[in-house]
Amino acid sequence: MAVSEHDVRNIALLARLGIADAHLPSIVEQLNGILAHMDVLERVPLGDAALDAASAQGMPLRPDANTPVPLAREIADIAPAARDGFFLVPRLATHGDGVGSEAGEDGA
Amino acid sequence: MSTERFELVIGLEVHCQLKTVSKAFCGCRTTFGDAPNSNTCPVCLGLPGALPVLNEHAVSLATRAALALDCTVHPVSVFARKNYFYPDLPKGYQISQFDKPLATGGAVVISRADDGTPHVIRLTRVHMEEDAGKSVHDRYREWTAIDLNRSGTPLVEIVSEPDIRSAAEAGAYLRRMKQILEYTEVSDANMEEGSLRVDVNISVRPQGSTVLGTRTEIKNLNTFSGVERSIEVEFARQCTVIEGGGIILQQTMLWDGVRGQIRPARSKEGSHDYRYFPEPDLPALVLDAAWLDAQRASLPELPETKRTRFQNAYALSGADLEQLTATQSLADAFEAIAREAGDARRAANWVTGPLLAAVNASGGSVQDHPVSASRLGALIKLEASGQLSNAAARQIFTLMATDPADPLALARREGLLKVSDDGALVGWIDDVFAEFPVEAGRFVAGEKKLQGVLVGHVMKKSKGSADPKKINQLLSARAG
Amino acid sequence: MSGLMPAGLLSLSARELATQVGDGSVDADTLLAETFARLDEVRAGPDGLNAFLTIDRDVGVHEAARQDERAADGRSADGRLEGVPVAVKDNIATLRLPTTCASRILDGYLSPYEATAIRRLRDAGARVVGKTNMDEFAMGSSTENSAFGPSRNPHDTTRVPGGSSGGSAIAVASGVVRIALGSETGGSVRQPAAFCGVVGVKPTYGRVSRHGLVAFASSLEQIGVFGRTVDDAALALGVIAGRDPLDATSEAESVPDYATAAAGTGDSRPLDGIVIGRPMEYFPASLDPRIRALTDRAAETLRALGAEVRDVSLPHTELAIPVYYIVAPAEASSNLARFDGARYGLRSAGNGLREMYEHTRSNGFGPEVTRRILLGTYVLSAGYYDAYYKRAQAVRRLITRDFANAFAQGVHALLTPTTPSTAFALGAVSDPYEMYLSDIYTVTANLAGIPAMSQPIGRIDGLPVGGQLLAAHFDEATMFRIAYALERALGEEAHR
Repeated sequence: MAVSEHDVRNIALLARLGIADAHLPSIVEQLNGILAHMDVLERVPLGDAALDAASAQGMPLRPDANTPVPLAREIADIAPAARDGFFLVPRLATHGDGVGSEAGEDGA
Repeated sequence: MSTERFELVIGLEVHCQLKTVSKAFCGCRTTFGDAPNSNTCPVCLGLPGALPVLNEHAVSLATRAALALDCTVHPVSVFARKNYFYPDLPKGYQISQFDKPLATGGAVVISRADDGTPHVIRLTRVHMEEDAGKSVHDRYREWTAIDLNRSGTPLVEIVSEPDIRSAAEAGAYLRRMKQILEYTEVSDANMEEGSLRVDVNISVRPQGSTVLGTRTEIKNLNTFSGVERSIEVEFARQCTVIEGGGIILQQTMLWDGVRGQIRPARSKEGSHDYRYFPEPDLPALVLDAAWLDAQRASLPELPETKRTRFQNAYALSGADLEQLTATQSLADAFEAIAREAGDARRAANWVTGPLLAAVNASGGSVQDHPVSASRLGALIKLEASGQLSNAAARQIFTLMATDPADPLALARREGLLKVSDDGALVGWIDDVFAEFPVEAGRFVAGEKKLQGVLVGHVMKKSKGSADPKKINQLLSARAG
Repeated sequence: MSGLMPAGLLSLSARELATQVGDGSVDADTLLAETFARLDEVRAGPDGLNAFLTIDRDVGVHEAARQDERAADGRSADGRLEGVPVAVKDNIATLRLPTTCASRILDGYLSPYEATAIRRLRDAGARVVGKTNMDEFAMGSSTENSAFGPSRNPHDTTRVPGGSSGGSAIAVASGVVRIALGSETGGSVRQPAAFCGVVGVKPTYGRVSRHGLVAFASSLEQIGVFGRTVDDAALALGVIAGRDPLDATSEAESVPDYATAAAGTGDSRPLDGIVIGRPMEYFPASLDPRIRALTDRAAETLRALGAEVRDVSLPHTELAIPVYYIVAPAEASSNLARFDGARYGLRSAGNGLREMYEHTRSNGFGPEVTRRILLGTYVLSAGYYDAYYKRAQAVRRLITRDFANAFAQGVHALLTPTTPSTAFALGAVSDPYEMYLSDIYTVTANLAGIPAMSQPIGRIDGLPVGGQLLAAHFDEATMFRIAYALERALGEEAHR
């Protein structure tokens, strides 16, 4: 399988990586150079390895208690922009209401 | 436009906040209304190097919800990352469950709006996930403000099959769902406070068709009535589009409850591709069979079972049945009072009548009401035995709220016990005949319809303590 | 820069230092002063090694104050690393020094919390003297991908130290510290250990808490340790290992005292009863004959120590690199989504939120990181997930089974070369995939989650060569037992 410039543009959009058009051809070439080596996997007989191994031992759980790892620094000390305890990001102009991420995600 | 030609097809996704004291994957508090970002830590801020560790109580609550909804709970489920960028999603992915959810199947039974017959709404799945933070768009002119206090709050998402056929059914489904979540103490399930959130998937098709139409998704719903009204509006919109020869676009619609309008969310620039993959920071969630059995055994009696039992044991039906099983606490209160009173019918009337009126007026809960089940039961017994009229019993009930004396003592003190000895009654009747000679004369002469007026006067004279049955007997004897 | 053999206090082992600081025969401040003096020495000059990104010159005062506090609280110090200077890779969160991952996107970022491994080091009395250079976000095999300039191999400053934990390997190899922390996703401790002539250990997946290790590929990576000797590394691993409630993938398996477990290695045949596998896939015809010869010499030495060395086969070995370069970038594409300029680190302004994201991320990430995010996003995207990611995970299970089968057949450990070559020249490898191939012998242990380590077994043209030992899950003890014996038997031959 190989990627096209269109694919890379789309991936870059998903990954929020701004890539200048001038760089696209070389990135396509590099990615295809790498992906060519992956094709060998298509020919491997998988047998029962194709199935996810059900782990007998599950994850350890945490008791429901208010024991957060404390922060040694204030939000304002780590944030590129903060005010009144909030993190600030450029305003999402399309949102007049307090719509959460599920609804507003398209705007990002 | 005629909506009659079309069938409405609805599936609901309910997000419900689990009642834990700490977040899904970290020890931060889940309380609301605290200063922005004050309940945050490296995990829910998505700081570099922080790792999630799942809250044990969130697992048991989610499991209880799934069991109460009659789902198949899977012994092994897997968390996955749902990847997308948004400033209130601090890690750039949401930890959710995807192809191996906690539970699948299940059902919620509602009553059909038209004939009351049971209608089964099948469930697709129940899975656990974490909430995002909050974006505040109206606080600053140039900025969107991000508060991550809610980030990482544990949720269950309950997805129904497209089995719902009307706005009323959607409302009934949600009320049932809310009731089950409250009974099992899984969640506060309060839409206004955001602990219950609903997305509606909606499509229409010509009556008789079995093919699903293109669906839209309505978001931003925060009241039950909003859900129902938005469905009506979107149904009408879709019918109009199709009748006009248009096609329905698969898109997200936002509900504006103030204007009662629906509008499409801003169209996306790139396609949605969440790139789900198993969360490598969390091994599989493995639930032990014995633990699952214990969870199942610890479930309370569920609303459906309770309704059936109340119907059979107490001969309740209709609005009383619904009302008395609405919440676990009310049902418990009713049963205690009925037991003490030894008369379920009267107990039902007292609970749905004076008790709920008093509770609603005080704004408290049934449990907080100062008249205990045993005292109210004693009062009801007095009424049932004929020693107190209903009116007198209501007066005493009011007094009991502030006076700890037992109801019989109160009735004596207030002189409200029914007087049925002939001497006192005859005296009062004589007094009334003397005070109202015209009416008395006409009554004696045969004008029977005046009997009620005279009984009223006698009751007043007795301050409500006279036994009306006895007065009627004595009056009838005087009538020609 | 003077020679690499440290003098004075710096010639003492970590264990000796801890004991002598503990009993007062060595002054902790003097030890730190010698450490910083050596550090300044290797930094100076146009071909400075560029091993350290930041240095904490006040660490002595600070840790002494902290110890007094602990003593006042009635908590006794553990003392296993009392006063011992330690260098830490810059992707492990520390409170007093920035944690940059050698990336512009985290330039100057001060973590508000510290990694569990760091806390355990400090509780044992260690002094974190500085943070070390690395390939950006641990993506690379040469430390050339650092946003803060490449590091240089102390044995030949025209060559790379290996990577991604190059700075930590140099810090140990140049005699600044006896112990350093690195991290491994596909060989990032063992490969630079081999290139720099020191010991590097990647523990079993789940052995060391990842809490505070900035994630690159979560299912593959572990914090690892560098030591000048096997004992330095074993001591350090013993301190940082063990279950951590803050990491759901850390395991409750008990942590043995690795030195005690290796006791008896003074006997003439300390490895009697040990079976060592020699996987033939790691010795292809194309292998540099000089590396083959040194590995064979190590095998002969082990035989002389009583071990049986037998050929085994790990048939899926050649698939490891393709599998790794699907799984690791996929996880990385998700792990690195949090670097968006919203809450911490670099923000590059743009017209609106989307532009802010794109400017921040394109300015903040270097070319290799960008390449891997793109690759990872692609293999997870709709329509490609099954063909790439899902399939790679299935093949990964085959690779894991290869090891399980070998260990099930009575093999206690495997011996291979650590790398197919010695340290290459700066700038010599420009093709990404060719660079990936330098991890060909190390990446398998990360895919299988088993412990592995590299130790010096000789030199070619003055450049160190590493021999790799791999063991079964949580059997670091056996691995160390063999490593101690081999180290002692090879003696100075290991560095010739």
